[in-house]
Amino acid sequence: MTRGHSTALVLACYAIGILIEILPLPQVLVPFRPFVLAMFLVYWAVETPGLVGYGTAFALGLVADLCSASMLGEQAVRLVLVLWIVQRFRARLRFFPLWQQAVAVGMILFVDRLVVALVHLSFGLPQAPAVSLFAPLIAIALWPWLYVLIDLARLRARERN
Amino acid sequence: MGYAGKNSTRISDSALSTLPMLFYLGLSIALMIADNRGGYGRIAREQLSLVTAPIWFVASSPVRLWRGGREELALRSQLQDENAAKTKALAIARARIQRLDAVSEENLRLRALLGGTRGYRLDVRLVGILDVDLDPFRQRLVLDGGSDDGVRIGQALIDSGGVLGQVIEVSRHRAIALLVTDPDHAVPVQVRRSGLRAVAYGTGSSDVLRLPNIPLSGDVRAGDVLVTSGIGGRFPAGFPVGVVSRVQADQMRLFVIGEARPAAHMERGNEALLIANLPPDADVGPPAPAGADAANRAASEALVAATLAAESGATPTLASARTANTAAKAGAAPAPASTRSATAAAKTAAAPAPATTQRATGPTKRVEQPATPATTPPAPTTATEPRP
Repeated sequence: MTRGHSTALVLACYAIGILIEILPLPQVLVPFRPFVLAMFLVYWAVETPGLVGYGTAFALGLVADLCSASMLGEQAVRLVLVLWIVQRFRARLRFFPLWQQAVAVGMILFVDRLVVALVHLSFGLPQAPAVSLFAPLIAIALWPWLYVLIDLARLRARERN
Repeated sequence: MGYAGKNSTRISDSALSTLPMLFYLGLSIALMIADNRGGYGRIAREQLSLVTAPIWFVASSPVRLWRGGREELALRSQLQDENAAKTKALAIARARIQRLDAVSEENLRLRALLGGTRGYRLDVRLVGILDVDLDPFRQRLVLDGGSDDGVRIGQALIDSGGVLGQVIEVSRHRAIALLVTDPDHAVPVQVRRSGLRAVAYGTGSSDVLRLPNIPLSGDVRAGDVLVTSGIGGRFPAGFPVGVVSRVQADQMRLFVIGEARPAAHMERGNEALLIANLPPDADVGPPAPAGADAANRAASEALVAATLAAESGATPTLASARTANTAAKAGAAPAPASTRSATAAAKTAAAPAPATTQRATGPTKRVEQPATPATTPPAPTTATEPRP
């Protein structure tokens, strides 16, 4: 059932996710930056559930928090909640066709935006501009490509083994 | 974990998967509270900066590649145009600097009369900006320099336009600066035209500063230039902060609320200047003993004279020549009598009023009286320090 995995590939995915998080963008595009780290986490949680636990999500979020200047624990909360939703619907997500999966991921990331708004509200931080609600739409457009890309990389890795 | 076909009851299954979730959720919320109340995030980042620095370096590499490539591929004609424009700008800037040097020297002398050089002795350092989006909704910059390079918390950051922000976190090789437009940032300012003091707060959007609580009678209107007032000691005085764009009464009609456009180029240049006030010498407390005070002043005047002599070699102004004379005298024989005479010379030069001259030159020997330039204003106050 599972297509095998290589630890290097998983780590590379997470590293890319964190890099995209702090990659400089033109000021106009900043609110549209999708939460790619969460998308990678969703992929690995759906495909290799034994490998991705809440500890992973928490640690990943903490590293991302340390690299960026967000509040310590903010992205940890977001990733833990994303993982929780994914694990609720994992069986269904696993067998969705790709476009339906993309929409589901987009909705998860939309919930994530609400979590961000709630966290910022409760700690009195400035709110993200309203256009950042479009970031999940970009994530929807991105998801099929991401999925196919990682699948190909995994196949390549398995062939090498 | 909710595998399909796992033969456990639904309730215990969901409970089992929820418990660790709640544990980690609680842990991260506790972390957030700790960071928010105690600022532990800053400390953790300082400790781990050796790990995060390479990540930031990699993240900023696309921008550096882009810039480097553009510079490599620039056309010869473009470079020539750019060179011509820059030469022109440099010539204009030089001309202005030469005029300003005379004014700044005169200002220093007048300030010395008042007993302090607050905000006019600066330590300047150039730092690069690493283009890293630390947090899209709080406005921060990563600077390519840390405590090993002498960057300290609280240093002000300026660019060619004006005040950009201040350093808030320093690790060994990187520092983080808060921009003036961040909602957490406030800078004490002064309206350059009328001298009205106010505080400019950031708003979170990169082209608006807010000036709340200006009294209704305050003399401020659209188009006024705001400069740092130097109050509080963080920002040296006199640097442009912004231009007032709109002024309106608040809802209660008790105060005026102003909006200003930042003067600095917020759209991120390559480099910025870090400046810091040198520690004030005899700025607070009772007046220092006359000997030490005069020595300080002679030293600072010698500094100015030296830079002036180095920079405006072709056309030395009357003022700079005079100060060079004075400074040379003070430097040659730093005996109390001679430093006193140096101060007296500065005083007589700045204050042509007969009463002041008498008082200042009383206990010392007579020094040469230079021709008073027509531009020198009368001294604002007479000498107040007790003379020995």
